[in-house]
Amino acid sequence: MARTVIPFGPQHPVLPEPLHLTLTVEDEIVKSAIPKLGYVHRGLEKLAEIRDHSQMIQIVERVCGICSTLHAMCYCQGIEELMNVEVPPRAKFLRVIWAEMHRMHSHLLWLGLFADAFGFESLFMQFWRIRERIMDLQEATSGNRVIVSVNCVGGVKRDIDAETQKWILDTMKIVEKEVLQLKSTIMDDFTVKRRTVGIGVLSKEKAYEMGAAGPTLRASGIAQDLRQTGYAAYSDLNFEPVIETDGDCYARTVCRFNEVFQAIDLIREAFTKLPDGELAVKAKGLPNGEVVSRVEQPRGEVLYYLKGNGTKFLERVRIRTPTFANIPPLLDMLPGCDLADVPVLILTIDPCISCTER
Amino acid sequence: MFMTKIVLKNLLTKYATRLYPFQTKEPFKDVKGELKIVMEKCILCGVCKLRCPSQCIKVDKQAKTWEVDPFSCVYCGICVEACPVKCLYQEGQYRAPLADKDMVLHVQEAKTVEAPPAP
Amino acid sequence: MKDSVLIINEDNTPELSPDKIITQTRILKDEGFRFVTMSSTDLGESICVLYHLDKDLQLVNLKVDVPKGSKIPSIASVYGSAMLVENEIKEHFGVEFDGLPLDFQGMLYLDEEVQKTPFCKIGITRV
Repeated sequence: MARTVIPFGPQHPVLPEPLHLTLTVEDEIVKSAIPKLGYVHRGLEKLAEIRDHSQMIQIVERVCGICSTLHAMCYCQGIEELMNVEVPPRAKFLRVIWAEMHRMHSHLLWLGLFADAFGFESLFMQFWRIRERIMDLQEATSGNRVIVSVNCVGGVKRDIDAETQKWILDTMKIVEKEVLQLKSTIMDDFTVKRRTVGIGVLSKEKAYEMGAAGPTLRASGIAQDLRQTGYAAYSDLNFEPVIETDGDCYARTVCRFNEVFQAIDLIREAFTKLPDGELAVKAKGLPNGEVVSRVEQPRGEVLYYLKGNGTKFLERVRIRTPTFANIPPLLDMLPGCDLADVPVLILTIDPCISCTER
Repeated sequence: MFMTKIVLKNLLTKYATRLYPFQTKEPFKDVKGELKIVMEKCILCGVCKLRCPSQCIKVDKQAKTWEVDPFSCVYCGICVEACPVKCLYQEGQYRAPLADKDMVLHVQEAKTVEAPPAP
Repeated sequence: MKDSVLIINEDNTPELSPDKIITQTRILKDEGFRFVTMSSTDLGESICVLYHLDKDLQLVNLKVDVPKGSKIPSIASVYGSAMLVENEIKEHFGVEFDGLPLDFQGMLYLDEEVQKTPFCKIGITRV
């Protein structure tokens, strides 16, 4: 049978960001896939040489447009560890609240894009309308819609007062209701099931071996979530990772759906346990030493390797984003699937390409 | 099938979107919008210039000017926090889009021009 | 102890010679460790390559010092997913990996016209 080479991307209706795959196809069945990155490579890690360690917070926030606060949180955790700063408990809880809001809006954005990927455009708009409520909350609490810029070394910059807390909790109630209404639409639909169930199966062993991260890993039945380590205030909250066992596209979607509900529960719990106290402590000294900091993002674990040399400038900032870890499992899933399923399959790892390339 | 209820509800409720240029949203309190300065209060110390992560602020002590490139400003609000005399502030509204980049690089001369009213 | 933040010191980061890295990662893989990623720093004379592996969220690091311009063996035969990050290090720092299954020839992120490895303080001209 003749082999055909089909270039997929970098511009493709299903991809919000540019990723190129060279697919070798044999009678509509994908045989191999070779990735090509670098369309949005900006070299942000290199900026560490000319921006000091406090300015880098704003730089690393802009690595990703969707999970910005988690990047800053991960970076700040690392610097705090190097400078021996203990973050006040209220700041830890507020960090969790913003992080979970980010997780919710990221997953809702993804669910919308996913609905769009198999041509369900009205559902796409429904999800994005719900997401808009969370964007409003972020704008009201932090001042910016996406890049919330609330983390600083030693704590957080803004507080959430009692009135806003009530508003957030009310919105959570509405969001929960609306997402629950849409759950049956996407999860029980015949067409959606035909497009997702049993497609792109990533076995448990393979997911672990290939180093998958986040919902891609958890949908294959491995309960590994960085939040289990209890960074920030997660140790005080009742947290259990969401897992699915099938490892196909459907399981990854269910996994993200359940994480939205989990995020709502975590925000509610964080507000009931929110302690009083100061927001930030003053950080003294300069970072010196090497540290590895990890945080669970909506897409998986992000790893920061920071090396300070006792000056204002960090010697090295290395960022490993979750999508970078999820590309090898994707390349493993692609061979054997139909060409028509490739867009849906690529979307289920929730690719964030400008994260990956920094 | 599952969405029939939602579709009907959407038909009967008002729009979720706004007719943007005619109808704008009331900005929230403390939104990080356009960066402004009260030039009379400014002591031209240059802290904002040093702290800015995108290095969009230029301060010239001799010429007594404070310059900002609004197109490289990332609206982080670091300069507003860092200012020792609190002469910088951020307006609630975002800046309106413009067709030309060079046009809006605004220079303000200290003590010579009439300063804008304080917030 | 499980921790999301880990300061790297001699206790948790053994330093290995480049030829031992495959055996060591193979041992760790058999113990059930998962490959997380690799990091690299420019030390002036040499490049320090760190291998991050984890098991049950506990991170283990391996450190290898690579003199500039020399080769180290690729661990892609042990962990297939190391291929991408090895290409990245090759591109940014000029460390050559022996036995890469898929070699982008320094064009994973960058273009042909980039002649130097951008992340080194003293750049190595690419061949």
